[in-house]
Amino acid sequence: MKKPLSEKIIESLIKICGLSSIILILGIFIFIFKEAFPFMKGAFNFKEFFFSPDWYPASVVKVRYGTLALITGTLMVTTLSMLMAVPLGLACAFYISEFCHPNLREIYKIMIEFLAAIPSVVWGFIAIMMVNPLLIYLFNEPIGLNILNASIILALMSLPLIISVGEDALRAVPESYREAAEGMGATKWEIALKVLLPAAKKGLLAAALLGVGRALGETMAVLMATGHSIQIPKSVFEPGRTLTATIAAELGESPKGGEHYQALFTIGLVLFFFSFLINLISEWFIKPKKR
Amino acid sequence: MNKFVYLILFCLLSCSKKQQILIIQNKGSDTLVNLAQAWAEEYKKIHPDLAIAVSGGGSGTGIAALINGTVDIANSSRAIKEEELEEARQNKQDNIKEYIVAIDALAVFVHLKNPLQGLTKDEIACIYGEGGECEFWHQIRGTVVPGCKDNKIIRVSRQSNSGTYQYFRDSILGKKRDLKLGSMDLNGSKEAIDLVEHTPCSIGYSGMGYLNKNVKTLCLNQDEDCIFPNLETAKTKKYPISRNLYMYTNQTQNKSINDYMNWTQSKAAQMITIKAGYVPLDNK
Repeated sequence: MKKPLSEKIIESLIKICGLSSIILILGIFIFIFKEAFPFMKGAFNFKEFFFSPDWYPASVVKVRYGTLALITGTLMVTTLSMLMAVPLGLACAFYISEFCHPNLREIYKIMIEFLAAIPSVVWGFIAIMMVNPLLIYLFNEPIGLNILNASIILALMSLPLIISVGEDALRAVPESYREAAEGMGATKWEIALKVLLPAAKKGLLAAALLGVGRALGETMAVLMATGHSIQIPKSVFEPGRTLTATIAAELGESPKGGEHYQALFTIGLVLFFFSFLINLISEWFIKPKKR
Repeated sequence: MNKFVYLILFCLLSCSKKQQILIIQNKGSDTLVNLAQAWAEEYKKIHPDLAIAVSGGGSGTGIAALINGTVDIANSSRAIKEEELEEARQNKQDNIKEYIVAIDALAVFVHLKNPLQGLTKDEIACIYGEGGECEFWHQIRGTVVPGCKDNKIIRVSRQSNSGTYQYFRDSILGKKRDLKLGSMDLNGSKEAIDLVEHTPCSIGYSGMGYLNKNVKTLCLNQDEDCIFPNLETAKTKKYPISRNLYMYTNQTQNKSINDYMNWTQSKAAQMITIKAGYVPLDNK
């Protein structure tokens, strides 16, 4: 049977939509690479770039591009925020999906989606105006703009994503699993821990990894919350700086095509690599393993 | 429904007739943005047919935009560099003209609780300079800052490609040293003052125009006297960290831009300079 023309058009339109995402990703990669390439060919020094904390793009003495402090900052903030957000987010997802009253569930879901809609600059203000004095008061530190502050803000920002994806994963477990477990006399706790957790494992992991991606890429809020200070933090109470915040703060004033500009794009490439790695890991976990 | 459409059409037409306004784009240094804004508003009162759109972004950004031809006036807190002039010539912008519009002094300030009155340039270099050993307030003549844990100095600075940062570095350390890493590098002078206001341990710097009563401005030792930044000392350059502020235009046939630039040098404009916290020029 021949397909009508309209169907063909729609089919090809959908195909183009699918292809466009691949083309866009490739395009972004090529663009970043193109801007970063002259630097990688020229002033780039692998040892200095990855193992030196000296980031002096505008030095009068000797220009140095060491990103160790920035990478450490990014890793510290991301790890710490995920230590807070993943357990809390998954626990929240379990509660909303399994334990709370169905009427309340809708209200919670709306509230959580609302939380996701808060712009990151507003989170930055919360970091400066609320978390900063709170940390000073609680820990008697000289300043509350530090790694801990940024981690708290990032945890709050990635929570909605983790909760809603996690909740979807739990909802996707067939009702028959729950009924079967109930029939065997399992309590709600046992169902959650021994039936749902293994059944929704992959979805929950995806939720956590999406949260990591969110935390890694966040810019504005961490710029305001970390204290934006180039140093390898010795504790969570010291200020630091992340890769993303460095790009945001410095790109505006670095002349286009200059060495500093290209170095910032190289940082972009590093970030691109990080998120690629996370996606790869999640893909590896989520795919069924062949035996 | 039809009536509504006519109403909108009428509005659009009547508006477009009135708004035969020439827009001058003015961009650059964050240090100058307040002053440029105040000038633009005042000038609009005299010339309602002219609108000056002022935006910040930094000296480098403004000059780059002038070179690319996207703005008419670039504000800068430093003199234009030779390579930028060269770039402009390559871009067929041959007639870049420089105007000195005001004098700025960088103030060094601390929290109100800090008992210090003044610092010497060497002490500032010890706090801010790379290799400088001053990490605690008691290393500065035994100062103890109440409310500051461990008496640790928290350095507040600016992002390393801002004009203010570079001017501070060059005037304190000469062009031979860098500033120490590990300072809190904020994105604006106002943010720097706000942070110092709320942090007893901290020290910061910014243009004089941003100072307020919530932070304690320090005097700088020059020989015997300790000199505070104010109109008098900055104008005579007796205060060690003072500099000229510039505006750059590309000399074209556009008369209204030249008129505006000449007006900024007038007495009326320089009165606004004082109000904005900068030092006016001597009227020639």
